[in-house]
Amino acid sequence: MISSFLADGAASLVSVAGRGESSMQNLTTTAMAIVAAILFILALKWLSAPSTARRGNLAGEIGMTVAILGALLGYHILRYEWIIVGFTIGAMIGAPMAIWMSMTAVPQRTALSHACGALAAALVGTAHYYLYFQPGAAVPQRITMAILCIEVILGALTFTGSLMAFGKLQDLLPARPTLYRGQNVLNFLILGAALATGVLLTLHPTMRVLFPILLGLATLFGVLLILPIGGADMPTVIALLNSYAGLSASMMGFVLNNRLLIIAGALDGASGLILSIIMCRAMNRSFANVLFGAFGQVQASAASAEKKSVRRTTAEEAAQVMEAAASVIIIPGYGMAVAQAQHKVRDLYDQLTNRGVDVKFAIHPVAGRMPGHMNVLLAEAEIPYDRLIEMDEINADFPQCDVALVIGANDVVNPAARHDKSSPIYGMPIINADRAKTVMAIKRSMNPGFAGIENELYTADNCLMLFGDAKTVVAGVAKELAEAAKSN
Amino acid sequence: MTTGPMDFGSQLFVFILAAFLGLEVIKRVSPLLHTPLMSLTNAISAISIVAAIEIAGEGRTALSTTLGTLAVAAASANIIGGFMITDRMLKMFKKREVRK
Repeated sequence: MISSFLADGAASLVSVAGRGESSMQNLTTTAMAIVAAILFILALKWLSAPSTARRGNLAGEIGMTVAILGALLGYHILRYEWIIVGFTIGAMIGAPMAIWMSMTAVPQRTALSHACGALAAALVGTAHYYLYFQPGAAVPQRITMAILCIEVILGALTFTGSLMAFGKLQDLLPARPTLYRGQNVLNFLILGAALATGVLLTLHPTMRVLFPILLGLATLFGVLLILPIGGADMPTVIALLNSYAGLSASMMGFVLNNRLLIIAGALDGASGLILSIIMCRAMNRSFANVLFGAFGQVQASAASAEKKSVRRTTAEEAAQVMEAAASVIIIPGYGMAVAQAQHKVRDLYDQLTNRGVDVKFAIHPVAGRMPGHMNVLLAEAEIPYDRLIEMDEINADFPQCDVALVIGANDVVNPAARHDKSSPIYGMPIINADRAKTVMAIKRSMNPGFAGIENELYTADNCLMLFGDAKTVVAGVAKELAEAAKSN
Repeated sequence: MTTGPMDFGSQLFVFILAAFLGLEVIKRVSPLLHTPLMSLTNAISAISIVAAIEIAGEGRTALSTTLGTLAVAAASANIIGGFMITDRMLKMFKKREVRK
């Protein structure tokens, strides 16, 4: 296969050399595509570490510019005005979102951009299909038609699915799963119908009536797929949608015979796949369970009936305990993002660090609403990134830790995941906050977390509760510490 | 951008090779940077703009021009927004204290 690939390449080079001007252009565009593909790969390579990451982003930008220039130089282009119109509209949507959207809204923005990418793929696929009916156009080969159908199905379902995810993350739609009887059966039927329509279209590409049906079914499936997904599963779902958006771009490359599209789409698909696998592992669940398990519904468990008492504490007392501590580990969760508390957390970090207290952050892979959400928020608050420690690395530190401060995290610190076989989160890797000498948890109320389960951490003997909005409570503790420092 | 004839076999070859390379490279990305990783790969996947430009610029039918223009808009929103926000996020990651 390698030899045939090389032979193909050599043959096209030879034919390019013998075909005059348009072939020169062909060679130029091929060279530009290779440069762009290499820059994309370098971009991902450099992104692996914070020290080189900005260079990586720059490589990506240059690669994309080269690719766009290559496309603009293409000899098929006759008119530029509509390209300019499209580009202007895109810039007017994309730039303001990137400049002014707050960092806590990054999951929503990501969902929206998945929607945009998928929409582009679906629109291009649709345009290609109808262009086959133009005079002089060749009837597509079966394999091309099949791939075009996959491109359009993936693009359309990712478009509506991502819009649904955006709606849930932005609180335009209820974040809790929407469930009804026979939901999974209906979803599979619709997906099956979409695939069947795709097969029919592949066999009979000229049956134009089928194409809108294919689009409609895939669009509907995207909506229905995300309805039963709860907020806690958003990190996995966003990663999966990321993968689909990439795959649809790659499929477009197959249809157009464009290697750059195949490569760039495959890179994105691979990235989304890796992230969703990491997210699934961090919850000890399978893809199927995330997509069809309807996790996060309110469970009327018997456990909620027996209310154990919790110990409350005040900001003043919390400040005193932390002041006397040698080490504090902070465990942030989605609650920190909702309350926009990261800058107050930074104040607390400063107060404690100035006293010589060792402060670290324990980051669970699924904390927040998308992969890496907590890291971005804490980096925004200018907390040095070498203080942000992954779960597996920091868990061994808890027995020597004086205070574990849980800020708006819940299920990721629930010890039931380790021992309670009846718990829905049993087997999920957790942050061992309960093993610290003292645990303090900031929470708005005793309502259970997203998974709808009681957290036995709060009733443990070493746990003190700080009730209130995360931002207010953290600010209160930081203020107590600042005043204590002044009076000394 | 459409290059010379290429059979499904070599397309698949390119796809699998790129996916494999992607898996190997992205495995090494620190979990610290998973959010910027997603916004960067998402911007890169808007490479579909290349095809959108061709359709919008060829002007073959009113339908294809409309769809192409919309696709250029969607993809460029993704590209511009994606790279800008990735850079904004990456700028924030600092190793040591900068303010005293």
